[in-house]
Amino acid sequence: MFNFHYRLERNAIGFVLAIIVVASIGGFIEIAPLFTIDETVEKAPDMRVYTPLEVAGRNIYIREGCYACHSQMIRTLRDEVERYGPYSLAVESKYDHPMLWGSKRTGPDLARVGGKYSDDWMTAHLNNPRDVVPESNMPAYRWLLRNQLETGDLGEHLAALRAVGVPYTDDMIANAPKDAVGQANPDTDLATGVLERYGEKTDVSLFDGNQGSVTEMDALVAYLQVLGHLTDAAHTTPQNEVE
Amino acid sequence: MISQLTGNERVLAAFTFLILVCVGVAMAAAGRDDLIGTHGWVIAVSAIAGAVALLRSYDAPEPSATRLSEYYDDPSKVGIILTLIWGVIGMLVGVWVAALLAWPELTIDAAWASFGRLRPIHTSGVIFGFGGNALIATSFHVLQRTTRARLPDQFSPWFVLLGYNLFCVLAASGYLMGITQSKEYAEPEWYADIWLVVVWVVYFSIYLRTLLRRKEPHIYVANWYYMAFILVVALLHIINNLAVPISFGHAKSYSLFSGVQDAMTQWWYGHNAVAFFLTAGFLGMMYYYLPKRAGRPIYSYRTSIISFWGITFMYMWAGSHHLHYTALPHWVQSLGMAFSVVLLVPSWASAGNALLTLNGAWHKVRDDAVLRFMMLAAIFYGLATFEGSFMAIRAVNSLSHYTDWTIGHVHAGALGWVAMITYGSLYALTPWLWKRPALYSAKLVEWHFWLALSGTIVYVFAMWNSGVIQGLMWRTYNDSGTLSYSFVDSLVAMQPYYIARAFGGLLFLSGAVIALYNIVMTIRLPVPVSSDSASDIPLGLQPAAPVALAGE
Ligand code: HEC
Ligand code: HEM
Ligand code: HEM
Repeated sequence: MFNFHYRLERNAIGFVLAIIVVASIGGFIEIAPLFTIDETVEKAPDMRVYTPLEVAGRNIYIREGCYACHSQMIRTLRDEVERYGPYSLAVESKYDHPMLWGSKRTGPDLARVGGKYSDDWMTAHLNNPRDVVPESNMPAYRWLLRNQLETGDLGEHLAALRAVGVPYTDDMIANAPKDAVGQANPDTDLATGVLERYGEKTDVSLFDGNQGSVTEMDALVAYLQVLGHLTDAAHTTPQNEVE
Repeated sequence: MISQLTGNERVLAAFTFLILVCVGVAMAAAGRDDLIGTHGWVIAVSAIAGAVALLRSYDAPEPSATRLSEYYDDPSKVGIILTLIWGVIGMLVGVWVAALLAWPELTIDAAWASFGRLRPIHTSGVIFGFGGNALIATSFHVLQRTTRARLPDQFSPWFVLLGYNLFCVLAASGYLMGITQSKEYAEPEWYADIWLVVVWVVYFSIYLRTLLRRKEPHIYVANWYYMAFILVVALLHIINNLAVPISFGHAKSYSLFSGVQDAMTQWWYGHNAVAFFLTAGFLGMMYYYLPKRAGRPIYSYRTSIISFWGITFMYMWAGSHHLHYTALPHWVQSLGMAFSVVLLVPSWASAGNALLTLNGAWHKVRDDAVLRFMMLAAIFYGLATFEGSFMAIRAVNSLSHYTDWTIGHVHAGALGWVAMITYGSLYALTPWLWKRPALYSAKLVEWHFWLALSGTIVYVFAMWNSGVIQGLMWRTYNDSGTLSYSFVDSLVAMQPYYIARAFGGLLFLSGAVIALYNIVMTIRLPVPVSSDSASDIPLGLQPAAPVALAGE
């Protein structure tokens, strides 16, 4: 074996190829089957896609680096299930490009934070967390209320998401900017369109408390409120794996 | 630097700048309503600045043929300075974000200044800015000395070094503006990723072309590691960054994979960024500079072989230990755990090999702070890998995951291993490269050593404490069977440790500033009339690297 290596060390190309082969095995065996084994991702027929406003909110979540302090992955541990709710299923992040499971909990898990607080609480909290939770070390995001949401290119966003596998329809893509405005303005014609395309259960609300203009705060709160609510699968699946 | 380029290379450089200006302007035009436009301008302006510098010396006489009888070290020299500067920037931001965790109100009401945008500047700044430049600078030096061949040309090393730093600037400035993919350690968006691939291909070609022209029959161990670093990082980078941009005029893209597949790909990448960026590359550094400085051959050549292939093979399986108890299928979690535990064997073999190399040179370790940096690095490498293998055990990970314990582990590796081996190597390398008799001040190296060691200890102990407390508070039940502590209770308990960590970081940062000062002052020392470096030339008969085969 050492003799073989003694020869390998004298051959640059051979060495390069050896590194590539040896290093590729692990990833291949662990990753490729995740795409082919059916049980990897559960079935959830009731699952809906993110609305354009929620997509925009998710992008703000990414832009501001919320994922650096918050996970969205409840593990199969008893204390986590009691603290945060049913453990996360793979299917729940099926439409998450990229996933936001996170690796650090400076703040609590957010996988099921949707509906836990009112829109007003969320808005006040994001505007300055210490107004509602004095001990918090979460940053204040005051500019979210000041910034108007850029809605013009949301159609292109949905089209790109469709290219990577999220089932958006042509109708959804064509109406994306309007739907974003509609979801933040209940009782308008635009709002009706959102319910038609994304389902009656879609949360149409004022979010940041203001009718009319759509701010980045609207988008982010809309996203936070849908977390854990794209499908009921986690609530209907028996929690067998809790340890 | 222009006057060192041959006529053909100047033409090549001119073309490169032209292409970059065109790409930059095209990006600026297509992305005039988007942040990518700003980055278009950054690219165009950098290329124009380069072109102006090129044109101003375009007619300078061509380098004489005697250059071929010398090593080409100028890119390494610039790389060393860039390493030290990125180190100070990255760690300064580290101290700042540490302070923000302790005192969130310190900041101003501006998006770019908030924690979430600054944190990736810290991680990318230290890993890619500081670590990456150190790897590029030392790899060029080690490659030439151990092959006894000069770099293949004068243009491509500059392309790699400066192109890489352009990538780092795009990354860091992008985070401030909110451009990020959110994947840890792979935050830059698609266009920066493509650019890095171009730079990387050239980097690899330099390596291969020099190896093919080597005058030594064997490829020295350090080069195995540098090559593994270059090759595997390319593989990881390309696959993990596969994404569909929403248009060529937008910075934003959506990753090709989603959910569980994306998570596994990301942590296959993330863990091996640790393995091949923060470990393999720096092991290459250690295998050259430590024996060289100690004046002793590597203890065991066979151990080097076993640990090299062990690390290259097994690390690639270990990524799933970042996803214990998640929605990732069980079998992948178990594989990740098993390989992580076995990984301790090659890891300790490397650390042990390094420490045993010092056997017989302990008096030097006592007197020479530079060598002491390297020894300490090997010890911390052993500690961090032991801790890592321990944390990869599912039951342990159930406590440590999501907590500051991970942060403690990260910095035991990052401060104790990565930064210490880098500073040790750069201190050794600087006088050699600039042909100065010694460093400007040995005393300042002593100071740096003790600041770095105490900073690391304060940092790591603070995070171990806070991590374990946090993990325990989250899972403590009271007598009636309900959870004892709210999340905010655990947050309050962290405050003193966050302050301690910021203080430890400040100590470490002061050391980094001292290093920058000391090395700049060394460069400014007068050149001695006669230097004993006449043997440091390609093709010579002097023993090249520390002789690997000895110690058998
Ligand atoms: C520095 C780390 C940090 C960052 C960055 C951060 N948070 Fe937080 N977050 C916390 C902490 C700590 C808490 C718990 C205290 C509190 O409620 O403020 C928290 C709480 C929350 C809660 C309430 C969760 C619950 O179950 O009570 C929400 C919602 C939230 N954050 C959303 C966000 C969003 C959205 C962002 C990005 C715009 C963000 N956070 C960025 C640290 C952070
Ligand atoms: C001056 C010294 C340093 C200080 C004060 C510091 C501080 C910090 C802080 C506050 C964080 C964020 C932790 C959190 O989110 O809870 C962090 C993360 C990180 N730092 Fe440092 N750091 C320092 C040096 C370094 C160095 C030299 C490296 C690498 C070579 C490094 C690599 C990292 C990495 C990889 C992370 C991300 C960890 C994770 O996400 O799990 N740091 N650092
Ligand atoms: C045998 C070697 C090692 C093993 C098995 C190992 C294992 C681990 C484990 C289990 C985690 C925690 C994952 C989680 O719970 O999220 C982790 C995180 C980490 N380790 Fe190691 N480790 C090793 C060596 C190192 C070294 C030498 C470094 C050098 C700097 C390092 C840097 C990191 C970083 C940066 C993270 C944080 C990743 C993140 O969450 O962002 N590790 N490692």
